[in-house]
Amino acid sequence: MDNRLAKPEGRVHKRTISDQQKRRDIALKRQSQGRRDLQHHARQLVSLAVPPSSSSVFEEHGAVTGHQEAEAIDIQSSESSVFGHEVDVVAEKVEGWHGDQEEDAIGVVEATRLKGTKAREWFKHQFMIPEWMVDVPSHLRKDWYVMARPSGERCLVVSSNGTTVSRLRNGCIRHCFPSALPNGSRTRESIAASQVFCILDCIYHEPQKTYYIIDMMCWRGYSLYDCNYEFRHFWITSKLEETGVLGPTSKFHRYQFSIVPVFECGKAGFQAAYDGDVPFERDGCLFLNRHAHYVLGVTPLALLWKDPVSSRYHVDTDRIGNVPAYQQIVLELQDDGTVATCDQPGVVLGSMPQDFLLKNKEHLQAGMLLKFTIGDKGLSILDGKPVTADIHYQGLANRFRAGADSVSKVLFQYAARHCPLAFSDILAAIEASDDEMDI
Amino acid sequence: MALEVTQVLLNAQSADGSVRKHAEDSLKQFQEQNAAGFLLSLAHELANNEKPPESRKLAGLVLKNSLDAKDSVRKAELSQAWISLNDDVKSQIKAALLATLSSSVIDARHTSSQVIAKVSAIELPQGQWPELIPSLLGNMGGTAVENASHLKQATLETLGYVCEEVSSNVFAQDQVNAILTAVVQGMNTSETNSDIRLAATQALCNALVFAESNFENSMERDYIMRVVCEATLSPDQRVRQAAFECLVSISSIYYEKLAPYMQDIFSITSKAVREDEEPVALQAIEFWSSICDEELEIQEECGSEFTGDSEVQYFKFIKQALPALVPLLLETLTKQEEDQDQEEDAWNLAMAGGTCLGLVARTVGDDIVPLVVPYVQDNIAKPDWRCREAATYAFGSILEGPSVEQLTPLVNHALTFMLNAMKDENNQVKDTTAWTLGRIFEFLHGPNIVVPVITSNNLPQILSVLLEKLSDAPNVAEKVCGAIYLLAQGYEETGGAPCPLSPFLQNIIQALLVTTERDDAGDSRLRASAYETLNEIVRCSTEDTASIVVQLVPVVMQKLSTTLEMQVKSADDKEKQTEVQALLCGVLQVIIQKLGSSESTKNAILQYADQIMAIFLHVFACRSATVHEEAMLAIGALAYVTGPNFAKYMQEFFQYLQMGLQNFEEYQVCAITVGVVGDLCRALDDKILPFCDGIMAQLLQNLSSNQLHRSVKPPIFSCFGDIALAIGEQFARYLPMAMPMLQGASELSAQAVGQDEEQVDYYNQLRIGILEAYSGIFQGFKSKRPDLMAHYGLHILQFLESIYADVYRDEAVTKAAAGVLGDLADTLGSSAASLLKNSTFYKGFLEECQKSDDQSLKETADWALATINRLLST
Repeated sequence: MDNRLAKPEGRVHKRTISDQQKRRDIALKRQSQGRRDLQHHARQLVSLAVPPSSSSVFEEHGAVTGHQEAEAIDIQSSESSVFGHEVDVVAEKVEGWHGDQEEDAIGVVEATRLKGTKAREWFKHQFMIPEWMVDVPSHLRKDWYVMARPSGERCLVVSSNGTTVSRLRNGCIRHCFPSALPNGSRTRESIAASQVFCILDCIYHEPQKTYYIIDMMCWRGYSLYDCNYEFRHFWITSKLEETGVLGPTSKFHRYQFSIVPVFECGKAGFQAAYDGDVPFERDGCLFLNRHAHYVLGVTPLALLWKDPVSSRYHVDTDRIGNVPAYQQIVLELQDDGTVATCDQPGVVLGSMPQDFLLKNKEHLQAGMLLKFTIGDKGLSILDGKPVTADIHYQGLANRFRAGADSVSKVLFQYAARHCPLAFSDILAAIEASDDEMDI
Repeated sequence: MALEVTQVLLNAQSADGSVRKHAEDSLKQFQEQNAAGFLLSLAHELANNEKPPESRKLAGLVLKNSLDAKDSVRKAELSQAWISLNDDVKSQIKAALLATLSSSVIDARHTSSQVIAKVSAIELPQGQWPELIPSLLGNMGGTAVENASHLKQATLETLGYVCEEVSSNVFAQDQVNAILTAVVQGMNTSETNSDIRLAATQALCNALVFAESNFENSMERDYIMRVVCEATLSPDQRVRQAAFECLVSISSIYYEKLAPYMQDIFSITSKAVREDEEPVALQAIEFWSSICDEELEIQEECGSEFTGDSEVQYFKFIKQALPALVPLLLETLTKQEEDQDQEEDAWNLAMAGGTCLGLVARTVGDDIVPLVVPYVQDNIAKPDWRCREAATYAFGSILEGPSVEQLTPLVNHALTFMLNAMKDENNQVKDTTAWTLGRIFEFLHGPNIVVPVITSNNLPQILSVLLEKLSDAPNVAEKVCGAIYLLAQGYEETGGAPCPLSPFLQNIIQALLVTTERDDAGDSRLRASAYETLNEIVRCSTEDTASIVVQLVPVVMQKLSTTLEMQVKSADDKEKQTEVQALLCGVLQVIIQKLGSSESTKNAILQYADQIMAIFLHVFACRSATVHEEAMLAIGALAYVTGPNFAKYMQEFFQYLQMGLQNFEEYQVCAITVGVVGDLCRALDDKILPFCDGIMAQLLQNLSSNQLHRSVKPPIFSCFGDIALAIGEQFARYLPMAMPMLQGASELSAQAVGQDEEQVDYYNQLRIGILEAYSGIFQGFKSKRPDLMAHYGLHILQFLESIYADVYRDEAVTKAAAGVLGDLADTLGSSAASLLKNSTFYKGFLEECQKSDDQSLKETADWALATINRLLST
């Protein structure tokens, strides 16, 4: 036996280190993590719009969404019964909240690692877009909050992986900066875990270099998408104050974060939001329904309203601040040559002549945003929806536009030029609902 | 048909190279022209007692190599070639082989028994050659035959080889009984011919796996055990050794049957360890190591709870034997050989005893401590170096297993002593001391240790000793590297706290770099260990020491450039160049990964990206046909950091990427390259498009090849998904080629039912690959061309259903499948709706997933179900 002292298989004497397998394993881990991140992201596009915690909740939601679509403009009292139903679901979720928050939110952070076009594509769909207030909703006092809306650029602010990124409505990056948000800068505590991240809905007010926080969707990796606004509002004030995010700027905290005061929508609250002292230039008032989840896209549960007192932009202006003679609107060109608003489904306000489309088929494709003016014949409105419109093609919309106008915006601007919804109208509605409550 | 091959076979063993070459060529030519005649000629040569032993032996070996090969594809080809031979030729060859067993020439007999086993491996599973076993057993009876003892010896040897070759279900129980009877008779003390007894004992070792039902029967078991134990007392050392090998086999196959015999086995093994020749003593120790393996496995399977109704029986043999076993093992520790640490692969009684002691410590935990500590105390300061080394080795061996609470006071007490012992005059004492320090760092230091042994007070002293000893003899320095590695590893996860190594980082790196430059760094793997330790140091660096790591980049690049200019005159030079390049690429890879993982340090590595890439390309160019695995891995890491900017390197790099994908021989390299394609997809996104035709063509070719190791195929499918996700609807052009591959593999993987564990595991890997491909393709097509996959919806749904039906699917497959269900609904939309309405399994499947404890599986299932419900409700 020539190898009589052969080592038995698997026996090791004084094992020494071997690093190669570790290097391979780390590389494999990076690769499969990368693949999972991307898959997750692709699925996230759907799952953020749909709370993934259970299919039954989803079905409830489907019903609500359907309802919203059917009555996109007019929030009647029937709506609140649907919401009454939903509130139960929400309450349940809030109770079990600390336990299962994480599962809802994981994955959003994957999206926060995206780069380039994919990130822009993703982020432009992550905003809740308020409708414009065309009619005053009932139960304003009972169900709504109101705040003064700072003028500026609407941004999603995401803190993750030790950095903070703000993105505009069209998904483009506005700033990339260190902040005092959790995992928003590379400090010792925050190098922590990748699942620590935040997503805030803000308005960036350039003159003060300040981000005004108007909503919060994720905090330290906990998803708030599924929580009602009342809860989110509570969370914004308590969390931000206890963590020092709102502190003064410094080397590691380059932009100021501030909270906009929010009021219950009674007479005093509305008055304060309308003309009370605020440290920023006001651009109208934002109303938020206390039961509303943070839904992506246009929602009637957040409403925007302006008049000349509360906003110098109450009627759309051009780039140098002049009010154009005719109302301008942006619509999206559809496959069939019609042009529609950004609502789901879009409201068709007209169509492009076929020969024109044929002649310009190289430049004009479905999905493009086109600019129109509303001519002298105006809009004719039936049941709160425009049925015909005298629109005139002006050309392509600004390429930085994120999407077409919503029907409520068209109607609001139209009303602003003809018979605006006035401060006094809203105040009267609040008083009326006060009376209701007394009974 | 048969030809005279004697002279050619003799020439093929000539000392003269040209004669040899000529002979080999003629053999090859003969084989190609007339395969049957060739094999027949070889068989006749082997069987012919008139021929010289040398030509007979070689004839047998060539014959054997015509029946079997290591490579599984080649092996299958050879089996097929044998099966398709004319029956008459096969019978003639088999007859010649059996006849050779009675030859008086031992080489001829021995070679023939090996060839018979190879033929049996092909024929017996097919139900052919039924007369083999009866005819072999017939050889055992007669004494009238010429050369009866030669025949018996060769027959037993043949039975042993046959048992080794075929799997246990090939023989019927009565055949097993007959074989065992013949073998055990041959082992019996009544057999006076020790060659026969040896052959029988070795045969039993291979036949043990067939004896399952015989071990169930206590009489038969007692008999087999008695014969084996008696054989351990044979006057012939070879028989004793083989008998202990049988005991080792029995310990792992029939652990649960051993209880009645343990007392006796302890006596004979301890006698052998103390008194017998080393090869026998080693096997006796191996018996106890093997029992430890079994008991560790049982502990792992059952966790800490052993209930009476547990299916696995745990007898705690080691715990029972402990008071006698530990002293026995400790005695072996002073039987070291001089300079054993300088030799690679050395193995002796002291090493086997210490290794066994370490296993015993892991098996019994705390109980070993009081049995070993007095020995350590008595011997650690003795004048005889053997005692000092043995005591240190014993101490180091018990550091894994006992609780931290037991060990911490001991180690606190011993640490200073160990640091002083690094200055011992004896090389082996220092070697073992450094190893023991490494074990202390490995098991008693790190984020999970509550009361740390390493503190800010003793760390400076520890490091100063270790760094000083890096300049000791290569074997000692290598162990010191290991200790530093394990020390650093304990600091790898500080959770953002400052790393206590930070103040020393610069010095450690400097000392390691100096070590890599030592003239004798090639000995004892020192250079490799120094670089690998450098890697670990880089991994545990933190933000405050990032600048030191950044400074390392030009240094490593400089060293890598130097290797390009190395004088390469011999194969040894080439090997050294390759090894050093691998190590340096490894260091760069780790640095890239480290600096690239944080936004604040990313730029530091990006500024070097051009230079690093240039040098990697030179490293690739250094070799003609193969690519460097480590450089490839490093490039993957670089692509991850640079993102889309990697595009500028693609033109030049692409050829090496292809070369890596074509490397079937070193399939690890191929697998790594496939992984790097994934990295590139994620980095470049749609900028990878211009290269996709080439990549996809090669990947498709790899999938169809049976030369490529199958483990690479699942990642190739995953890679399809990566590509599809990167280039979106542009993947459409590959669908006609890729989909049939995916469908074929899906069908193959559905055959997993009833296969062995390894096969089941592979099919699960394959499924993951396929599912990741489908996910990538669905998601890639979703926005622009969802229609393209509609055609495949039904097939994919059926594939998912087959996965659901398979109880052997693992968690990862389940997760990927749940994801694909959602992707399918999400992408195909209305065309999936009708399919899903007709298919009910998805509901049960996803609801089952929702009940899982795995959070991410639950989440995926929630998402998939919500997506499907939404689709079906509109």
